[in-house]
Amino acid sequence: MSFLDRERIIAKPGFSRWLVPPAALAVHLSIGQVYAFSVFKIPLTQSIGITHSVPGDWTQPSLAWIFSIAIAFLGISAAVFGRWVEKNGPRKTMLAAACCFGGGFLIAALGVAWHQLWLVYLGYGVLGGCGLGLGYISPVSTLVKWFPDRPGMATGMAIMGFGGGAFIGSNLSLTLMDAFKTATSTGVAPTFVAMGAIYFLFMLFGSLIVRVPPDDWKPAGYQPPVQTQKLITTANVAVDQAWRTPQFWCLWVVLCFNVTAGIGILEQASPMIQEMFPKVTGPSGEILKKGISATAAGGFVALLSLFNMAGRFVWSSLSDYLGRKTNYIIYLLLGAILYCLVPMSGHLGNHIAFIAVSVVIISMYGGGFATIPAYLKDLFGGMQVGAIHGRLLTAWSVAGILGPVLVNYLRVYLQQRGATGVELYAPAMYLMAGLLTIGLICNLAVRPVAARYHYRDGSPSNNAPSRPTELTPEHSSTR
Amino acid sequence: MDKTTAPTSATQLILYWLIVGTPLAWGVWKTLAKLPALLQ
Repeated sequence: MSFLDRERIIAKPGFSRWLVPPAALAVHLSIGQVYAFSVFKIPLTQSIGITHSVPGDWTQPSLAWIFSIAIAFLGISAAVFGRWVEKNGPRKTMLAAACCFGGGFLIAALGVAWHQLWLVYLGYGVLGGCGLGLGYISPVSTLVKWFPDRPGMATGMAIMGFGGGAFIGSNLSLTLMDAFKTATSTGVAPTFVAMGAIYFLFMLFGSLIVRVPPDDWKPAGYQPPVQTQKLITTANVAVDQAWRTPQFWCLWVVLCFNVTAGIGILEQASPMIQEMFPKVTGPSGEILKKGISATAAGGFVALLSLFNMAGRFVWSSLSDYLGRKTNYIIYLLLGAILYCLVPMSGHLGNHIAFIAVSVVIISMYGGGFATIPAYLKDLFGGMQVGAIHGRLLTAWSVAGILGPVLVNYLRVYLQQRGATGVELYAPAMYLMAGLLTIGLICNLAVRPVAARYHYRDGSPSNNAPSRPTELTPEHSSTR
Repeated sequence: MDKTTAPTSATQLILYWLIVGTPLAWGVWKTLAKLPALLQ
């Protein structure tokens, strides 16, 4: 039996489940670095010129593909390897994620040093993206099993780490680049090497301390409720059955549109606030309105990141009390209303109202990510929730492209027709409100999964789970 | 007995949480420093 096997990490009596969230956070705080990749954009466009771009240097559009490839491979790897993750347990998966993510940085460093962009795509994008996917789903499904009494809070803790990883990633990248920068180098390649090593070690720590509960384990004093909410099943659905259900696709649309809307704001936050609240000068050059400066816009982006992180924990924990469906009704309905208020705040010239609306929107964007694993557990049971979550994350890959494309292209289209300020963004905001309304309809359509999809021990029609013994008596029927 | 699965001590709990909490607190602190510009 290998040191990495699931059987080697089954917790013994006396083990506190509160040791597991640090393992999950070690992985999510690392892979959350992807949100801060943009800090490398400018230095990478100056690899040859060092202080400025020269012919032969990489362009910003070509570099934008690094992030897009990484997010695409996050979804693809989570979907493809979901069952492997469930079968092999979190230690092996977290170690694989650490190797992919750390190794991706090293290959990307070679790409920067040799000025071969395809190596950066392959390293950070493809290999690093696989590390993101494996690292994202494994701790989440482990925590769901450790906290059956509070699945929303548990997944919120881990996924909050993914949001928090951006804070560490951006500041660590800037600190390291400053340290490695010389007259002949931007310092990106050695920064990638250092970050690959640091993140590998941090994720390795997570993989070493993670534990899974014994099959029949329950928190002390916890009794699964006899009469529970209609949407919370006590049955299990195998992953290959789950994605044949209408519920899976309803949640796919919900996640996709909630993320599309949020990413649209996140990605454009800095230019958006500056263009919606510009400096206004009078005929004689006197300043009538100060407007939002680039530095202040940086503060706005930081504020959004904080609410993105906090929303993941707060909203997801709240879902344990309100119910998952109710939480998504709030995200989608309130979100749609707030998106319509964004242009209004711009027309009124009230940047405080704009900031207030934006931070609530972004908190619900984060909340949407964090609540989805618990929603899946409610509907499909905990047996293969990691694998099902993995397949649902393809919605994120689609949204990662859809959100920025919609906002950017609409903005460019309107700019070419002479629009300025608020008018550059208003149609995109109304479009996002429309997408959230479609998501709301899909969420309202979610009903309990039909019994014909439920896993029955030994049934050949269902793909046998890796651990059929997990089907304890209380998992035998749907209420 | 495998030491890592021995009954959990308070020291172990505090240590693990500190290991993951410290970098996060550092990142948040550095980011908060950018906020005053927005409020001016």
